[in-house]
Amino acid sequence: MTKQIIIPFGPQHPVLPEPIHLDLVLEDEKVIEAIPSIGYIHRGFEKLVEKREFTEYVYVAERTCGICSFIHGLTYCQGIEEIMKVEVPERALFLRTIWSEYSRLHSHLLWLGCFADSFGFENLFMNAWRIRERILDVMEQTTGGRVIQGSCKIGGVRKDIIGEKLDQMSKDLDSIQQELEELTNVFLRDASIRHRLKNVGVLSRDDAYSCGAVGPTARGSGVSYDMRKTGYAAYGKLNLETVTESDGDCYARCTVRCRELFTSIDLIKQAIRKIPDGPVDVKVTGAPDGEYFARSEQPRGELVHYIKGNGTKFLVRSRIRTPTLTNIPPLVKMLQGCELADVPVIVLSIDPCISCTER
Amino acid sequence: MAFFEMAKTALRTVLQRPATIRYPAEPAKKTPLTRGHVIIDESRCISCGTCQRKCPSQAILLQKEEKTWQIDRFRCVVCNSCVDTCPVKCLTMDPQYTAPAVSCGVEIVTITYVKPVKTVDIGETPA
Repeated sequence: MTKQIIIPFGPQHPVLPEPIHLDLVLEDEKVIEAIPSIGYIHRGFEKLVEKREFTEYVYVAERTCGICSFIHGLTYCQGIEEIMKVEVPERALFLRTIWSEYSRLHSHLLWLGCFADSFGFENLFMNAWRIRERILDVMEQTTGGRVIQGSCKIGGVRKDIIGEKLDQMSKDLDSIQQELEELTNVFLRDASIRHRLKNVGVLSRDDAYSCGAVGPTARGSGVSYDMRKTGYAAYGKLNLETVTESDGDCYARCTVRCRELFTSIDLIKQAIRKIPDGPVDVKVTGAPDGEYFARSEQPRGELVHYIKGNGTKFLVRSRIRTPTLTNIPPLVKMLQGCELADVPVIVLSIDPCISCTER
Repeated sequence: MAFFEMAKTALRTVLQRPATIRYPAEPAKKTPLTRGHVIIDESRCISCGTCQRKCPSQAILLQKEEKTWQIDRFRCVVCNSCVDTCPVKCLTMDPQYTAPAVSCGVEIVTITYVKPVKTVDIGETPA
């Protein structure tokens, strides 16, 4: 029998943007088991809910994650609005959808860049981030923040986008789409990338389902599961096609994200075409009394905000379940039986967002 | 399966201008909506304390007796909450980011607003 050794991977590792620790049990070069441990950047957001008024907690909820911040704020607001039975104006719902999809574009481009970096393609990394910069510029022009938008509030949105700006955004997206086609072409067709990603970290459909994979990780394994299909915000009024791939390897997950870039662009264009005129917010009075599970689709998968209020300005309980947390068991499954050299690529293929996970 | 997929992009980027800005030499990009830092017009502040209550990071402290308004720039998350809720609109958001600092500390502003003496006319409210 071969001797087993344990190699620590992380919390500080060149491919990891954020700290997660994995103990890899190896036999020669083969990973037999991976034991994850988290808890390096816990910040106690769920406790903070008792100290901040529910209207201000939007800002805190947004800061759960530095990448998909808008969708965190949106989900929290949706939860409170459901408890308080607030009717959000139509235009606000469309604006929320537009910003959500811009968040998805920027998150997927960030991931594509980091992923390219993980398999050593520096040039591609910088090209992905150059396109991402254009998305961030639009975010800043419309909301005032590049990464933390702060434009969602209970009862609507803080900022309106004027019609001319929407038309310009739609035009901009055409040229971004061209650049993206060129970029994704490299990811999906280049020989060396295919060689690096094909049949690496395979997750079967059954495993994806039973381990509770969400988002592109699940869709890459053929599980057609997308919270946007539930029709929150304005998604119910838009034509959305769920992107799925069946191979379940790193290449399939990469393909799902590449194709989702184009569905996001399509969704933004549809939303810009269909956006109605009207107010962007309603006045909210009173305090939430009740509980609600708000669910939405983040770039990484399904996000759940559980909110419980008791009729005062301070909420009693908030629980945030982020997609990366549910994607860790599938990751452990993927790592079993892979080569040590493939570990960085596989870990990045689930798009880990650890500050989300630990809240 | 294809080779040299990147060649076209790579060649074009060689001929293009850099995508980045030479930052300290050239000013950073900013838009009219950019949230840089909060500034106060001390001559209009009525010391109501709404900004202090609405601040999610508790960066603002208003002392009514001393007539001072202070902000801790290191605590401030530049969320625009105080600017949105200020009843007299004496707080504004400046698009310029604050310069790097070498030491922690708070910025203290003395409020110079003087409540106008009420005239006999009804409906006179301080601006």
